[in-house]
Amino acid sequence: MSTMFEGYGTSGPAYDEMFDGAELRPPYLRMRDSLDKMSTPELISRVEALQASYLDQGITFDIGGEERAMPLDILPRVIEQEAWTTVERGVQQRVQALEALLADVYDAGQVFTDGVIPRGVITTSSHFHRQAATVRPANGVRVHVAGIDLIRDNAGEFRVLEDNVRVPSGVSYVITSRRAISSALPETIAQHRIRPVAGYPQRLLAALRAAAPAGVADPTVVVLTPGVYNGAYFEHTLLARTMGVELVEGRDLVCRRGEVMMQTTKGLAPVHVIYRRVDDEFLDPVHFRADSMLGCPGLIDAARAGNVTLANAVGNGVADDKLVYTYMPDIIRYYLGEDPVIRNVDTWRCGEPEAREEVLDRLDELVLKPVDGSGGKGIVIGPRATRAELDELRGKVLDDPRAWIAQPVVQLSTVPTFVDGELGPRHVDLRPFAVNDGNRVWVLPGGLTRVALGKGELIVNSSRGGGTKDTWVLAGPTSPEQQQQQQQQVVQQDRPTRSASSAPAAEESEV
Amino acid sequence: MLSRIAESLFWIGRYIERADSTARILDVQTQLLLEDATVDEARTCRDLLSCMGIEASDAAGQGIDFFGALSIDQVLRLLAYDTGSPSSIAATLTAARESARGARETLTVPLWEVINTTWRPIPSGHFETLRPPYVFQWARERAALITGTADATMTRDEGWQFIVLGRSIERADMTSRLVATTALSGGAGQWTSALRASGAYEAFLRTYRGLETDRAAAEFLLLDRLFPRSVVYALSRAERALDDLGGDPRRAGFQDEAHRLVGRMRAELEYRSLSDLVDDLPAEMERLQRTCAAATDAISRRYFAGAEAVAWKGVGV
Repeated sequence: MSTMFEGYGTSGPAYDEMFDGAELRPPYLRMRDSLDKMSTPELISRVEALQASYLDQGITFDIGGEERAMPLDILPRVIEQEAWTTVERGVQQRVQALEALLADVYDAGQVFTDGVIPRGVITTSSHFHRQAATVRPANGVRVHVAGIDLIRDNAGEFRVLEDNVRVPSGVSYVITSRRAISSALPETIAQHRIRPVAGYPQRLLAALRAAAPAGVADPTVVVLTPGVYNGAYFEHTLLARTMGVELVEGRDLVCRRGEVMMQTTKGLAPVHVIYRRVDDEFLDPVHFRADSMLGCPGLIDAARAGNVTLANAVGNGVADDKLVYTYMPDIIRYYLGEDPVIRNVDTWRCGEPEAREEVLDRLDELVLKPVDGSGGKGIVIGPRATRAELDELRGKVLDDPRAWIAQPVVQLSTVPTFVDGELGPRHVDLRPFAVNDGNRVWVLPGGLTRVALGKGELIVNSSRGGGTKDTWVLAGPTSPEQQQQQQQQVVQQDRPTRSASSAPAAEESEV
Repeated sequence: MLSRIAESLFWIGRYIERADSTARILDVQTQLLLEDATVDEARTCRDLLSCMGIEASDAAGQGIDFFGALSIDQVLRLLAYDTGSPSSIAATLTAARESARGARETLTVPLWEVINTTWRPIPSGHFETLRPPYVFQWARERAALITGTADATMTRDEGWQFIVLGRSIERADMTSRLVATTALSGGAGQWTSALRASGAYEAFLRTYRGLETDRAAAEFLLLDRLFPRSVVYALSRAERALDDLGGDPRRAGFQDEAHRLVGRMRAELEYRSLSDLVDDLPAEMERLQRTCAAATDAISRRYFAGAEAVAWKGVGV
């Protein structure tokens, strides 16, 4: 074993993505070789430079009003081409099924009639908004951007942990961390062929423009932010800047005769597509929370009239509800006639009497999650909870069983992470981002890897002390024989024929 | 351009210039107190504070007795270090950074980063450990870095015009405060210090062939058409920015209220006799500051959709 990774101990049932016991897994071959040439003090000085550059650039998130630099681990996570192909296909399939589900539940409701999912599951969701009923979006898209959270179970298989189709965040860290890591580890990055992530803003802009109301030839796209005190404000500025569009706050917008305008130095200017990073409930005080200062009165009516497109659409929350999640495998089979490419994590619905009984019996060994929570809030990990916490939880579940689901404690996979001057295994998840422009669902090759920095810690949310890792999706095969094969292919394709464009690095996978 | 963003840019221009000029004024005054033992410290400090728009109630808010034995240390707290005091360099730079954060997507990346790195020592506490006169030099250098980065990286669009407009109006206002404080302080050689603080001493000597008089110094700081920190220069620059922004097509007069106010002030300064002007400098300067405040209001009404303008206190409008 190498110097840098000497003493890196993997233990427990969790799948380590770099080492299989003492054996190195092939995707990490080049990373180990190049890091081995570096001493630990050298690595530490690079870690410090990395952190300082994040603070100087203001790459931060807010916790309780305090700005902190996003902790970015210096060691990237590597995902080989084959594994990524599965992820990509799985995410595309998932987004298509979610689109079909949303279009259906806000319209004819065939899925209820055919008994795939009880109507009550949808209509009792706190994210079911009648304002979205019978609205047909301009190009049929409701989920312009999706973030599907994945984990790798103890066998290394990817599983879906949850869907995010409201306002998934985190993509800015994917873009900035690549830039930061390539200046921190230039020699390592040079050893790899990594699929680029910088194209995301252009993809998003194209999808947003494609979603413009009918008849608008050159649509004006804006990003709507709750303002500088929002935790993801950095991301909002980055997206607006890299798409070259205005970043507006609610107070910059006015609605006149069912149209949305923004206040500029030259008077009012029309707005056609709003990539909104404000939750449904705060969008429009006329329809939702009357005390909201973040939205703009009249927005929902303008959207219903088809004069402006909101991305993502209002009411999407029903689809990423944790209870609806449990029906997703059936939903995929129902709409697409295929089996799920990526399986769910096993889940019990506490709303069902039998399941509830089993869950209550085994509270101390399961993870309980509130169905409409996000950011890791309200999650109780049975084995880590005290007696009193479990009793309180039991009461809550009995009070409102619909509000809870239970899952077995899944050990998230681990990746070597540099914490407090040494390398150790830390648990990670993965949020790939998908952009739907109405013709195809494009998956950003990479995605956000969140890492729980505490030893043995399983909750990866940045609001709970999590950090991020740069995620490298390799553009070519990783094992030596495969590489040889690929080289031969490349040589063959070197001839100036049109087939050169179908080289393995080609980005698209048509849906 | 969004009204809110235009307003942020205008205020970035103003805040950075304000931090810069405050540092220059404090530099002069601390030096005067150090060099000349005959100066009445409490009185000088009081004059300085009121010129900078700080009233007795503001000082009391920071636990300082305005009419007691004021010391330069207290003045430095109010005007340099204390983020709770809105006129301090620390508070001004914080405000500039807040404005920049709200307009971040429109700033060039280098400009945002240089504003952000200027601000970082303030919350981290490092700023407070910088002592005079080094802290003044630091503030001037940071301001130069920010201004220079803006100059080197921004496209000359509306946003740029708003930054320049803010900076020019603030500069006219602050140079007038420098002139007023200098005229009030009784020490010998205070005009030399004022010129030095503006980086104008050598240029002044060359222009006036070594004939150093208080009158000439005041004239240089107020009226010189080529010196970039003079009041007249700053006002003309503001006029040009307003022209570029509004483009008044009329053949006669000006429709834009701010343009009219600034232009009239500049013409008045230029065409009045110097003796008339220097007769009561503090009062003249206060009038000028009032015009700057009124122009700011007019700009807010026209471009920032009536958003509330932040005005200097002590200059009742």
